[in-house]
Amino acid sequence: MSAATEVALRAPRKSQARALTPGKLARKTGFFLLLAIFVIVSLFPFYWIVDTSLKTPQEIDAGTTSLLPGHVTFSNYIDDFTQQDFIRPLLNSVLVAGCTTIVTVLLAALAGYALARTEIRLKPVWLGFILLANFFPVIAIVGPLFRIYVHIGLLDSYPGLIIADLIYTLPLATFLMSSYFSQIPKSLEEAALVDGSTRLRTLRKIIIPVALPGVFTTAILAFMFTWNDFILTLSFMTSPSRYLATQAIVSLGQSPYAIYYNLIDAAVVIISVPIAVLVLFAQRRIVSGLTAGSFR
Amino acid sequence: MAADQQAVAPPGSRRTRAGRGNAQTLLASDRRFGYMIIAPLLIVLLVITAYPLIYNIYNSFQHDNLLSFQRGFAGLANYAELFTNNQFLPALEHTLGFTVVSVVIETLIGLGIALALNKKFRGRGLVRAAVFIPWAVPTVVSAELWRTMFDPQQGFVNFVLTKLHLPLATTTWLDSTWTAWAAILVADAWRNTPFIAIVLLAGLQVIPSDIYEAAKIDGANAWNTFRRLTLPLLKPALMVALLFRTIQSFMVFDVVYIMTSGGPGTSTNVLAYLNWKAFFTLFDYGYGGAVSVSLVIIALLIAGVYVRLFRVEPAAA
Repeated sequence: MSAATEVALRAPRKSQARALTPGKLARKTGFFLLLAIFVIVSLFPFYWIVDTSLKTPQEIDAGTTSLLPGHVTFSNYIDDFTQQDFIRPLLNSVLVAGCTTIVTVLLAALAGYALARTEIRLKPVWLGFILLANFFPVIAIVGPLFRIYVHIGLLDSYPGLIIADLIYTLPLATFLMSSYFSQIPKSLEEAALVDGSTRLRTLRKIIIPVALPGVFTTAILAFMFTWNDFILTLSFMTSPSRYLATQAIVSLGQSPYAIYYNLIDAAVVIISVPIAVLVLFAQRRIVSGLTAGSFR
Repeated sequence: MAADQQAVAPPGSRRTRAGRGNAQTLLASDRRFGYMIIAPLLIVLLVITAYPLIYNIYNSFQHDNLLSFQRGFAGLANYAELFTNNQFLPALEHTLGFTVVSVVIETLIGLGIALALNKKFRGRGLVRAAVFIPWAVPTVVSAELWRTMFDPQQGFVNFVLTKLHLPLATTTWLDSTWTAWAAILVADAWRNTPFIAIVLLAGLQVIPSDIYEAAKIDGANAWNTFRRLTLPLLKPALMVALLFRTIQSFMVFDVVYIMTSGGPGTSTNVLAYLNWKAFFTLFDYGYGGAVSVSLVIIALLIAGVYVRLFRVEPAAA
């Protein structure tokens, strides 16, 4: 499927030298107007929140008087990092999302290889189970895991959260890895095996390097899914120093009397930036991973 | 998926050359290796899905409220509570309504975006990235963003309504039922429509273009081409997009938690939020377990209905 997409994306544009009739011109204008609406609706809220994040609390309280940016201050960002110690939850997010990604790629690569290249029995059963796990409601794992985490001391711990986060990443990652592996020519590994390499070693030294682009795609998606988590950190992280960024944002400057939009909005901008960069640089990869295997 | 179709001979077993016994040992060792490397994944997945499910099922038949001393077998008491406690049924109703409305809106707009982006024009890559970004940011971001946009004091929505002298300009959006739902729907649609658009766009791009040329030669108009060609060929993509979005929508939590906390009152309470509160504010693991079990059953039902409806096998998207 991704190959077909690439071809479609790279197909040369048809030369449009034909003269424009008024009707055609109107349709063309309408089309670009529609595109403009899509883009504006998608991006305008980001502009608004960046604008708000650059205002002082007094300016925010005074209400909005103009769409254009006014006097710019970085005090909210400085407050987030100094008074609110927002750097801590950011690092927690990086740590948890990073570890979840590594564990995901490891487990998914092994299982994906088993599904693609070994003759294990009951493959449809394993695939069906992995598929069902993909649709398992996250809320339904929260209560029981909380109880057992209390007993075994994993509550409010990074490993506990990482294990739970795997629910977001493992099913898709396994499907992706197995479909990437099955695209690799068998002759490659046969040659290595004839040379006396063990299968695990062949997987590590030959298969994974060839499938590296796929591994990256899987890793990027796993990182995004974990970075986006809210419900699990909310449930399993109890001390503020362990909160992930998403949970910390919600409680920034928390007081029963006010919502500190200025602090929240600055933090929202901060955690959106890495994702925006990721999308700009790896958009095609993310999209192909997200849609790979959807269609036969 | 490709994996199950390609049940190929393992690279290690050369049946033609080796004797039969030798091939069987090779097959056995191949299988052993396969089980060994798939086991870690299966164990982890069982721990985070099957274990909680079994625990919830067990608990849903027990009295297990941390705030009460009552313990032991509860029979169907927790399930009976779902229908008598005037929380679950309204939340179920809200969740169903939200799911239908959000999925319909997002699918229609997403289809429009996909069709537009399937045309070739200069700057398409940038437009696609722009439209795609809302999906990539955390739901917490979309919720906070739209809470700011809908803020009565400094939000964009009321600012524009005031400037244009339109009604509702002084609405405190999150303080009454229908306007709160509108705000939640906007936040949800803004983030999730791109997902549908992406999946449908990928589906459109695998449709070979010569089919359209043939239709053109046959004199089919745009609407007929869309209805008789595009839509049927888009069915697998549509199925994936709808299946994922419907289940996610049914489990909506973040947006509700952040924007309204289920309020005003309990008028925007949804099942996932109700379930979370059962565990973390009521500490009632029996009742909470019953809600969780119901949610798992509903998720399975939704998946089953879609698979039946579309008669294609789902795959991971």
